[in-house]
Amino acid sequence: MGHLLEIKNLKVYYYTRRGAVRAVDGVSLYMDRGETLGLVGESGSGKSTLGLSILRLIPPPGKIVDGKIVFDGMDITSMPEDEIIKIRGKRISMVFQDPMTSLDPLMKIGDHLIETIMVHENVSREEAEKRAKELLESVGILPDRFNDYPHQFSGGMRQRVMIALALALNPDLIIADEPTTALDVIIQAQILELMKELKKKFNAGIILITHDISIVAEMADRIALMYAGQLMEFSDALSIFEEPLHPYTEALLQSIPNIQLSDQKLRYIPGSPPDLINPPSGCRFHPRCPYVMDVCRVKEPPMIEVEKGRMVKCFKYS
Amino acid sequence: MVEQILSVSGLKKYFPVQKSFVERLLSGKVDYVKAVDGIDFEIRKGEIFTLAGETGCGKTTTGRLIVRLIEPTAGKIVFEGRDITHLRGEELRKLRRRLQIVFQDPYASLNPRMRVGDAVKHPLEIHGIAEGGEAKKLVLEMLERVGLTPPEQFYNAYPHQLSGGERQRVALARAMILKPDFVVADEPVSMIDVSLRARILELMLELKRELDVTYLFITHDLAVAKYISNRIAVMYLGKIVEIAETREFFTNPQHPYTMALISAIPVPDPKAKRKRMILKGETPNPINPPSGCRFHTRCPYKMDICSVEEPQLLDIGNGHYVACHRVS
Repeated sequence: MGHLLEIKNLKVYYYTRRGAVRAVDGVSLYMDRGETLGLVGESGSGKSTLGLSILRLIPPPGKIVDGKIVFDGMDITSMPEDEIIKIRGKRISMVFQDPMTSLDPLMKIGDHLIETIMVHENVSREEAEKRAKELLESVGILPDRFNDYPHQFSGGMRQRVMIALALALNPDLIIADEPTTALDVIIQAQILELMKELKKKFNAGIILITHDISIVAEMADRIALMYAGQLMEFSDALSIFEEPLHPYTEALLQSIPNIQLSDQKLRYIPGSPPDLINPPSGCRFHPRCPYVMDVCRVKEPPMIEVEKGRMVKCFKYS
Repeated sequence: MVEQILSVSGLKKYFPVQKSFVERLLSGKVDYVKAVDGIDFEIRKGEIFTLAGETGCGKTTTGRLIVRLIEPTAGKIVFEGRDITHLRGEELRKLRRRLQIVFQDPYASLNPRMRVGDAVKHPLEIHGIAEGGEAKKLVLEMLERVGLTPPEQFYNAYPHQLSGGERQRVALARAMILKPDFVVADEPVSMIDVSLRARILELMLELKRELDVTYLFITHDLAVAKYISNRIAVMYLGKIVEIAETREFFTNPQHPYTMALISAIPVPDPKAKRKRMILKGETPNPINPPSGCRFHTRCPYKMDICSVEEPQLLDIGNGHYVACHRVS
């Protein structure tokens, strides 16, 4: 059996007046059923664009210009719109960052779920309501809140509703884009625990998109680290933290404060992320890289498989 | 005896809740959000004192009260031995030269129509410290000092031409050019990408050493607080629940809320084995905070007394203060 999701050389550009912004520029990765993939990067690295392209939700002026997204054997990039609608929400669902704006303020919490179920499945309203209540219960919301409106819920509770919605149709893949970024740490911890618990119960694959590598340390089986629209390192979670291969990964890990360490010396990466209309020649990280070599300035490094399941885009390993 | 630079006592700030006309007719009474509800602490000269807590705990309001951007409902703010709670006009303006603030959002805190050089120069002119060529020279030096090089280029740039990290350096330069004694830094790195965060923190530490400034650092991120602070105070629903030296704070937290906060922080290590203390529920409404200890509705160690009597912030030794009935 093939991978649940395989992305090959994906390129997504936004065509602006200033020129094409190469938000995702040649990314290849894969994930298997029931796995959690942590898609990590700083702002503007292309991680959210990559997530949206899997659902074919790239807003204009963005376009998938090249590459393939294969989900469960089907090529999503070439699929007609009426077929993608059957996959979107049902087999691949999404949890967005901001739970304040992703629910309809005029619709009761329960109706959000009932509608989602009834649009995709041929079930009676009673059946849909029964399932909706079970789903809310599984995310820790009591049935007496079924007829409440979104504004009566706090941010954390709304994010629970979003997760219930994402689970409503038993998807194979859930894309969660910064699901806890808008929440306080204690609520974040609650939501992360909930996601771990539900992942076991529903056996869905999760793509967790985040800027916070600490969250990924806790949640992910595999990690894909993006920088300036490209994948810099793609590996199992443990190896990334134990032995980071890419100079960017290494520097990033040393720039995060860790409360379990005392007298930690923090590093930072000089310079700032590049303009994606005119990205640097060669390796996109070369202007900030402490190990830069001549070749890095002129040639783009290939993705090198250092050992099975550990890939890095860096000439240090060629 | 450690020299104090600033102290607050009994500080309160209540914000009236906006209501519709009908609601006012029906209830007749005004509700208040008790953003800060009676806090006391002192900051020692030269230290970095952190106020930590979650959204709505009152940490930002406290920072704004201290620089006198908003008027307190009650309480006293003493800066270098002088009561500054009710300073006005010229007196307040003079104070501001020594008491500066850096805001969280560098996209909102700079005037988009003002060139960087003018923004940084403005405080020099307002306080009559320098003008013309001399002011420009000071600004260029300051821009260079915060790493905006070449300074001539940044001097003429507009904020929209800069990245978030660069804007925050401008905000720092603008606060520091007056050589203040005390700076309130309200979440100065929370909107900055991780790879650049450490540089801004380091810059703040360097400026602190060079200019001998004291910081009140406000953050929701205890990992950042651990890195930068000498002492940390935690706020919950407008009250301070614990104050301790940074090392003591992390090795020997006493308040159950502090423990929960520490245990909720994600750690960048997949092998970290931790027993999480996950609190149930969310922070209650600050308009009607719970009786007694405000944390009792979520506290795993709740006793009968907790819902009745409010615990006082008590010194348990070594300058470690806790407001909890379990400890007292």
